[in-house]
Amino acid sequence: MSKRVGLEASHAAAEAARMADVDVVAAYPITPQTHIPERLAEMVADGELNAAYIPVESEHSALSACLGAVAVGARTFTATAGQGLELMHEVVYVASSMRYPLVMTICNRALSAPLSVWGDHSDAMAVRDTGWIQVFCQNNQEAFDMTLWAFRVGEDSRVLFPVMVHFDGFHLSHVTEPVILPEQEEVDRFLPGFQYPFALNPDEPMTHGAFGPPDIYAETKIAQEVALRKSKDVIIQGFKEFGDVFGRYYQPVELYKTERARTLLLTMGSFSETAKIAIDTKQDQGESVGLVNLRLWRPFPFEELRQAVRDVETLIVFDRCISFGGPGGPVCSEVRSALYNQKERPSVVSLVGGLGGRDMSVKDFEYVIDRGREIAEKGSKELFETVGIRGKVTGIRG
Amino acid sequence: MTEKKLKTGADFAWKDMEVGNIVTEVGNASVRETGDWRTERPILDKEKCTKCALCWIYCPDAAIKPSEEGYYEADLYYCKGCGICADICPAGAITMTEEEEK
Repeated sequence: MSKRVGLEASHAAAEAARMADVDVVAAYPITPQTHIPERLAEMVADGELNAAYIPVESEHSALSACLGAVAVGARTFTATAGQGLELMHEVVYVASSMRYPLVMTICNRALSAPLSVWGDHSDAMAVRDTGWIQVFCQNNQEAFDMTLWAFRVGEDSRVLFPVMVHFDGFHLSHVTEPVILPEQEEVDRFLPGFQYPFALNPDEPMTHGAFGPPDIYAETKIAQEVALRKSKDVIIQGFKEFGDVFGRYYQPVELYKTERARTLLLTMGSFSETAKIAIDTKQDQGESVGLVNLRLWRPFPFEELRQAVRDVETLIVFDRCISFGGPGGPVCSEVRSALYNQKERPSVVSLVGGLGGRDMSVKDFEYVIDRGREIAEKGSKELFETVGIRGKVTGIRG
Repeated sequence: MTEKKLKTGADFAWKDMEVGNIVTEVGNASVRETGDWRTERPILDKEKCTKCALCWIYCPDAAIKPSEEGYYEADLYYCKGCGICADICPAGAITMTEEEEK
């Protein structure tokens, strides 16, 4: 029997790594991710998890050690946040380019300066183009589910890509919620053992990580790009298989009360749940508004997004990150690009908020919806507008 | 040198690239000639050479090969001109010479 327990998202992710029976964990503690490596180190020390726990001296080393582990065919897990993800940045590219399927939890955190340990999506957006499969979680159950799912998809021989599972620092990482933990037998049914087809073995010598001169680099990168895009089929199959075993079905793009809605709000991560309450309130008042939760961030779910917004007049995209000097919130820019060549497309509005741990209340999301519709109707002088900033914001022009 | 013709990168279209650029063919570094960034080349004085083979042992790139007469000479397709062979030679038989000079 599965059991329902109170867990913070950090412990839910650690629990998922344990049930996935990982072989190697190499991680460096950083707020707000600390509880994950702490819990895993405890599990290894207590004999609950038969894995090598590698205490490293930095995030750069953490991910480097993970690559070595995957190279010999070990199921590998790590986690980081904010500045830690920045410090490992060069290795983040190496993991995906060498097609090493490990799983990394990111407890999303703002970037310095000023120093902030609190949450937003700046760290996630800075690794947008690194070639990893990336998903966002709305709650602690999803933190568990997506971690397990990530191993299943990344390690699939048709995929072989690392997977990042994002959930919001503090808002999820440190908040206790009910989480349904499955039986080990169910996990084993869903997740077969890791069979890495290129595991280093002295009896069958091969080279990993050779250099790529100009006559092969470009071909290598195109092969990687096409493979990442093709992984979407396995991603969706993985969601289906997960649902068949555990009863919870996920989608790349998830809709909440969108039927006949003329306006849609698009959010990612835990703020989607707050935004849903704002949608409820608005619908109770008879307003025609629904919510899109963007779960799959890379590879970007173009078809699913276009399908979701095809009959909509206004799409309001809420970002927790600034693309400095750019066209709008980074998620909004991508959404606009995805829709630009469609014959019929909604007007797309960019609002930014929730930076560096600033709370977004239900009322704030009601404002996002109201102001978003107003901008769609009358326009705005700014490329994007902000929520909850003291003083009237001007000067975001282009 | 093996007689087998090993493939170079230019023989592959993108669809033929190995996953993650992994090299599964052993020993194919030899198909890539890497001596063209050398600025100095080692010249062997056979009068002084005692055939001790220290240069062959010390060459970091395995670019020095034994010849039929028992001398050790640099294969200039791979020699990068680092000068270790000239430095280590106890007989002073190897001189580094600027590539521009004849």
